[in-house]
Amino acid sequence: MSGAATKVVRRAKAGTTESAWVRRLLIGGALAFMFLFLVLPLAAVATEALRKGLEAYVEALKEPDAWAAIRLTLITAAIAVPLNLVFGVAAAWAIAKFEFRGKAFLTTLVDLPFAVSPVVAGLIYVLVFGAQGWIGPWLAAHDIKIIFAVPGIVLATVFVTFPFIARELIPLMQAQGTEEEQAAIVLGASGWQTFWHVTLPNIKWGLLYGVILCNARAMGEFGAVSVVSGHIRGQTNTMPLHVEVLYNEYQSVAAFAVASLLAILALVTLVIKSVIEWRHEREMKAIAELPPERPLSAAPV
Amino acid sequence: MSGAISPALPSVAAPVPRAGGARGAKRVLPGFGLTLGYTLLYLSLIVLIPLSALVFKTFTLSWEQFWAAVSSPRVMASYRLTFGASFLAAVVNLFAGLLVAWVLVRYKFPGKKIVDALVDLPFALPTAVAGISLTALLAGNGWIGQFLEPYGIKVAFTPAGVVIALIFIGLPFVVRTVQPVLEDAEKELEEAATCLGATRWQTFSRVILPSIMPALLTGFAMAFARAIGEYGSVIFIAGNMPMVSEITPLIIIGKLEQYDYAGATAVALVMLVISFALLLVINGLQGWQRRRSGGMS
Repeated sequence: MSGAATKVVRRAKAGTTESAWVRRLLIGGALAFMFLFLVLPLAAVATEALRKGLEAYVEALKEPDAWAAIRLTLITAAIAVPLNLVFGVAAAWAIAKFEFRGKAFLTTLVDLPFAVSPVVAGLIYVLVFGAQGWIGPWLAAHDIKIIFAVPGIVLATVFVTFPFIARELIPLMQAQGTEEEQAAIVLGASGWQTFWHVTLPNIKWGLLYGVILCNARAMGEFGAVSVVSGHIRGQTNTMPLHVEVLYNEYQSVAAFAVASLLAILALVTLVIKSVIEWRHEREMKAIAELPPERPLSAAPV
Repeated sequence: MSGAISPALPSVAAPVPRAGGARGAKRVLPGFGLTLGYTLLYLSLIVLIPLSALVFKTFTLSWEQFWAAVSSPRVMASYRLTFGASFLAAVVNLFAGLLVAWVLVRYKFPGKKIVDALVDLPFALPTAVAGISLTALLAGNGWIGQFLEPYGIKVAFTPAGVVIALIFIGLPFVVRTVQPVLEDAEKELEEAATCLGATRWQTFSRVILPSIMPALLTGFAMAFARAIGEYGSVIFIAGNMPMVSEITPLIIIGKLEQYDYAGATAVALVMLVISFALLLVINGLQGWQRRRSGGMS
């Protein structure tokens, strides 16, 4: 390569990045922002929870009301996540594998709960099931409690986590097309066999990804659950609601102790999520590095 | 719409073969009726029917009653705070998110993977936890608050605190929408611009910025939409003074606690209509994004 050409290439390369000090300034700015807004709040949760020592921390978590809140949160997520998982798979199968009229509209409707404020989400269930609501009188006559009871909490949680799994799966299954499934069906597999042995292995990472995000939101939801819960200590308080109750009673250590469990949940969620992303990236790279298949027909001369 | 709860698994919109479009063509894959039927049933039971309750409940009000409920001075003050603070927070996130996305895509530095993973913390951390920890940081005796107090700057329990909480909540949206677009951007275009004599700043503002603009605006709109509905993180830090630091979702809760169901519903309907409008805007922006990236490759 001639000297002049090398110079042009070098100039072009240099033109696609910044000088060292600009680079350092930008990295420093981004890291400072992340530190202030993300790292400090996490550190604050840990210090506030341990302010009066480890013993006070453990004591706060041993309290029966805290246990009741943890149990209720686990129960809620254990019902809401599988419900939305089944829905997500069904919706993704219908939307990604078939063409029908109104598909774009249906996809928008699936996203709808993300656009609704959590408080409004709670309110709509009060309007349906509450004492003044549509079927409230009927429920009262049959002694069924939904609002200010566990079923309402589960329903509100299902609503706010409704799109998580579906919207993770729809683009993924659309990208994969239908050829593999069609081949399986033509070769004599039943619908279920095709799903278990062909579709599921293809979408497992996306599925897991949706499930852990859905779970994190289900366990952490505050606004919607707050409207329907009624805040009965030991009965209808989930962990986030229990944090609020303790905080408003100026039991700072206890509030932050329960909050620290939720923060740990968030960190575990992030770790699993990152592992899934890295695995997915590696698989994509492995596929990209495979030798190209020979074209079926020779290219026209 | 939160859409993009990090579009980390890349989605390539591949054309789906028309399974049942052509008349007479038989669907090869089974389960269409079952899955679509279940989808519609579940969607109606969980989302559509309860949401319609909101609309029907509002119809029990006369127009005058509705207007009085949604335009009382206290409610108007809450709109100003909610929309103003959400807009400010989204603007901060627009710039900070672009900076973080840029640094994560273009530069190498130690701990980059951890920083990248941490961006999603606001999605994973329950909002109540974010609320109390930001309050603890910014209160007069908090780690940050103690440095601001001597200068007479109060953040916790003021509208400024609301903005801070909303910045936290909206942080991942801009980063996660801009990041994949920056990754796919063709470096050749930048090299060409440089060879043609553009300075680095010209290349950024005339070549890179236009190509990421749709993603940037999508992230902005998502952060804004999320901030408007946000409740959990804000109520701890806001102080919740009527007319000053009371957000609209809290107005709804307040009306509910006074058994003013109709009033709560009216304000909720206003929020719902605005949310839908934003959802449409975001869908439009995403369509623009797809056309833009489709046109380039």
